[in-house]
Amino acid sequence: MKLFFAFIRKEFWHVLRDTRSLIILLGLPVMMMLLFGFALSNEVKNSNIGILDLSHDESTIQLADRFDQSRYFSVTQKLKRESEIAEAFRKNELRMVVIFPPNFQENISHNKQAQIRFIGDATDPNTSNIMINYATAIIRDYQNEILGEQKLPYRIELESSMLYNPKLSSAFNFVPGVMTLILMLLGAMMTSVSIVKEKEKGTMEILLVSPMRPIMVVITKAIPYLLLCFVDVLLILLLAYTVLDMPMRGNIGLLLAESILFIFTTLSLGLLISNLVDTQQVAMFISLVGLLMPALIFSGFMFPLENMPLPMQVISNIVPTKWFYSIVSTIMVKGLGFEYVWKQTLILVGMTLFYLTIAMKKFKIRLE
Amino acid sequence: MAEVIIQNITKTYEKGTVKALDNVSFTVKSGELFGLIGADGAGKTSLFRILTTLLIPDSGKASVAGFDVIQDFKKIREIVGYMPGKFSLYQDLSIEENLNFFATVFGTTVEENYELIREIYVQIEPFKKRLAGQLSGGMKQKLALCCALIHEPKVLFLDEPTTGVDPVSRKEFWEMLGRLKERGITIMVSTPYMDEAKLCDRIALIQNSKILDIDTLEGILSKNKQNLFAVNSDKMYQLLKDLRAYPNTISCFAFGQKHHLQLNSGENSLKSLLPYLKQKGHTNISIKAISPDIEDTFIKLMQDA
Repeated sequence: MKLFFAFIRKEFWHVLRDTRSLIILLGLPVMMMLLFGFALSNEVKNSNIGILDLSHDESTIQLADRFDQSRYFSVTQKLKRESEIAEAFRKNELRMVVIFPPNFQENISHNKQAQIRFIGDATDPNTSNIMINYATAIIRDYQNEILGEQKLPYRIELESSMLYNPKLSSAFNFVPGVMTLILMLLGAMMTSVSIVKEKEKGTMEILLVSPMRPIMVVITKAIPYLLLCFVDVLLILLLAYTVLDMPMRGNIGLLLAESILFIFTTLSLGLLISNLVDTQQVAMFISLVGLLMPALIFSGFMFPLENMPLPMQVISNIVPTKWFYSIVSTIMVKGLGFEYVWKQTLILVGMTLFYLTIAMKKFKIRLE
Repeated sequence: MAEVIIQNITKTYEKGTVKALDNVSFTVKSGELFGLIGADGAGKTSLFRILTTLLIPDSGKASVAGFDVIQDFKKIREIVGYMPGKFSLYQDLSIEENLNFFATVFGTTVEENYELIREIYVQIEPFKKRLAGQLSGGMKQKLALCCALIHEPKVLFLDEPTTGVDPVSRKEFWEMLGRLKERGITIMVSTPYMDEAKLCDRIALIQNSKILDIDTLEGILSKNKQNLFAVNSDKMYQLLKDLRAYPNTISCFAFGQKHHLQLNSGENSLKSLLPYLKQKGHTNISIKAISPDIEDTFIKLMQDA
């Protein structure tokens, strides 16, 4: 036991004295949360749009005003003629243009029919789609107001509700995503690098020629990182709750327990890597390319898994991040209990045991 | 009694293409200070790693304190002290922290065995709060020796402990080894420095994965008598070329200010040397008979091999 604590103390010395890795360990989650929260967002907010109003009557002025009032758009250009549209898009000044044809109000009142045209910049297809949807909604609201005064023989009213995330806040998507990525990256990379460091610096050589069981060095390596990763989880949740106004709907205890399980998964993956390679560089490379990329692609956080071709969907099942991402969003966003995540939990437990077994089997008690 | 027994050990790397040890056999007696002397790449480190159970030989048997290096590797790891050639302590831990840590690893405390390391430790104790990575070469080696000694090992393996260490620290280091020997610890030490050979009880000369000779220093020197002369003149570089061209020369090497010349035992070989050099235009020629030291002997053994 004394030996165990001596090792743990030594590991903490290593971590605390290495300012660079400490900054990565504690700074990276904060940085990613703030970046995703405030800088990198695919939400549509105050997008620049232009209006080409060829009728300039009461209705069109009112409608243009509504666009400007909406939190999704801000009208930055009033265009005079159609030829200006292409130029504005080319200069990247506008994301969308709304065109009111001549005699708009007259057409409504006399012909009971009028047209509005949206032109969107579809360089980024998702954003332009979202913008067109918001714009359509604004027109629909306006139409309903006019219709409200008249009686129609029949009409279909559309009512859509966005479950779990009515404001369509992107935090609901990226907080579980960032948590998954951070744990995967730090848990696996930091442990693998730190164990390989013992090999590279030659300290493993001395430790092997001692009565200590070599497995001790490996297990005690994981403990400080377990603790630090757990601190990261708390940090992310705290930031999500305070800075990003994200509610914590499910059981926090369950979420923390699942996080610890996932940290074990990533740590055992790190142990596995460290037993297979001999230099810190290779360990880092495998962690970054071999783990981060699949973690990013197959977690379902950036790209929906259902849209992927079948082979990729099959591959996604062996990537642990997919399961943890699903657990976190189920608990945090949907507020559901263990009965909805037991399957994912079981898969993670299985994966952890699998990695650990191989890591132990591959552990070298000699130098080659 | 033999503490370390090495029998026909062969070790290769890279699937047998690189030979590190070729059929090496010798024994180290209990309580002996044994030196393994050879140039870089001769196979010294491979042999140390086999004896400390870190590598498995391709063939042959070896035992340390009666334990087989393959079957009983756990037993050996408990009773030996090992100091690798490369400084292998934690650079980001202080002297004190390193020592305490390794004491714990070996299931002991610094206090318990302080007597054993006291003489060495007092020299680095003033800097005990300093990180190991910031120590000078000599201090690093002293700390590494302390860490290797802290559990009172029966056999101590020191792989090039004085490489990269200043001459004063080297001398101190060997004095310490002498005192450890008096305590009955068997010490096997490797070094590329020939002058350290005279500080060992017995030495093994190793070159190109083969043992050239094993004996006491005197034994090796007396076995390898040579017809050796120290020669110098005003034009040293030309002299070396001319000496090598001299028909009775076996070998000639630059040794600091002089050239060491080994002649064949022919009657005229020395007699006709002076006229030969004069004819080549050398002035201020001096030729002195000398008795070969370990370096000369090593070169001769290398040539014979």
